[in-house]
Amino acid sequence: MKQMGVFQIMFDDFFTRALIAGIGIAIVAGPLGCLVIWRRLSYFGDTLSHSALLGVTLAYSFSFNITFSVFIISAVIALLLINLQKRTKLAGDSLLGLLAHSTLAIGLVLIGFLTSIRFDLMGLLFGDILAVNIEDITLVYVGGVAILTILYFIWKSLFSATVNYDLAAAEGMKPEVSNFIFTLLLAGVIALSIKMIGALLITGLLLIPAAIARNVSSSPRQMVIIATLAGVVSVIAGLFVSLEINTSSGPSIIVVALILFIISLIPLEIKGQLQK
Amino acid sequence: MLENNNLLVKLDNCGVYKSSKWIVRGVSLEIHKGQIVTLIGPNGSGKTTSAKMILKILQSDEGQVENYAIKMSYVPQKINIDWTMPLRVIDFMKLTSHINNLEIIDALKLTGVDNLLYNDIHNLSGGEFQRVLIARAIAKKPDLLVLDEPVQGVDFNGEIALYNLIKKISTTLNCGILLISHDLHFVMSATDHVICLNGHICCSGTPKSIVKDSAYIELFGEHKATTLSLYQHDHDHSHETDGSVSNNV
Repeated sequence: MKQMGVFQIMFDDFFTRALIAGIGIAIVAGPLGCLVIWRRLSYFGDTLSHSALLGVTLAYSFSFNITFSVFIISAVIALLLINLQKRTKLAGDSLLGLLAHSTLAIGLVLIGFLTSIRFDLMGLLFGDILAVNIEDITLVYVGGVAILTILYFIWKSLFSATVNYDLAAAEGMKPEVSNFIFTLLLAGVIALSIKMIGALLITGLLLIPAAIARNVSSSPRQMVIIATLAGVVSVIAGLFVSLEINTSSGPSIIVVALILFIISLIPLEIKGQLQK
Repeated sequence: MLENNNLLVKLDNCGVYKSSKWIVRGVSLEIHKGQIVTLIGPNGSGKTTSAKMILKILQSDEGQVENYAIKMSYVPQKINIDWTMPLRVIDFMKLTSHINNLEIIDALKLTGVDNLLYNDIHNLSGGEFQRVLIARAIAKKPDLLVLDEPVQGVDFNGEIALYNLIKKISTTLNCGILLISHDLHFVMSATDHVICLNGHICCSGTPKSIVKDSAYIELFGEHKATTLSLYQHDHDHSHETDGSVSNNV
């Protein structure tokens, strides 16, 4: 009973809630971010998060659950992209640009119609992690565990297909199935984090920790672990910085991640000399 | 029928149609356990495409593909590993199967690169990488092994050793091997069945019968055909299990 009381107090504090939610998202973003980097999908992540804006406006228009609506829209856009790639002669990045900006534009046009609702556009673009409630945290952890569990089971297939698609296909890894599921997982992590990190910064939280990890790791497993840790450290440090010097929390997290990235660029020899 | 029990793959009049033309058409072949089947032919003749049909990477747009292989291993012709991925040889060996370090080292020893176990895969030379690719395919202990120009970039002595290894594996693992190779010497001396492709099957048969085929001579030209009689001569005098072919002549 006393334990419950402690938790109650913990969750009552908006800052602690932000920390818990942020750490949850960083843990999910670590492994997914590595795959995004390995597969050169950073712009794909951007497209999904831009389309998330459309998801949010639709959720407001029809009073849906935001996370659910964002997930559906991101998934639809991802599948649309896969389909378009087979049908047109345009390169992948052109199609991504087309989808990213048109969904963003549709979302912004729709916002214009929603005059009856007070709309916090800034909050949508950059998120507001300090406003998370217990339900948001529950969603992050339930959704996060689901995403990581699925990812665990399709990891070998995804990873081998990332190294070489033909090889994975030939050796019974069923890469087309795992690729499809991976796309849904990406849509999932974006849906989970849009309220906290915002449409414009989600890709940053996916990419930068994984980029930090690439600079300092020599095996895939190491890279996944370091990316996850770097994400968690960025969230914690970023939130404390934002509390201390009163800056907005989402961007602060990304700035901390960037600083970690710059540190990770310093070659090992110089680091050794600095320690002396 | 014993013959049928050993059947791994059967293509019956298969082909792939892409961008409004047939890349390869009318391919019929069988691969049995313990047998080495080779595909030869000029560039763009559909060798890799045929291999991909066998491996079920590509769907055949006509005809029938029967594949009874339980475990397939593939050595692709080209493989580019992105620099964004940190990958050591040991990680690469475990790519599609759960094998232990002992099996990995054994396989790498067979291709002579066991010293590279913890090396970054991006820093290997072309030949070393090729050896790792072959080792990975062998380590899985497949019943069908598909090798698409497996010895490209390997030094001369290594080439002979690797071809001998391929020959040995077909008997020790009793697996079927499909080999795409430009090395007519090995093709003619050590394989069981040769298929000559040029958009379709020009001719096929045992190495001995195929060199007499007019379609073969036409495809490889007078020059190659004459070189081939030389190859056959080599074959008559020394056996391929001995690495030093030229010394014996």
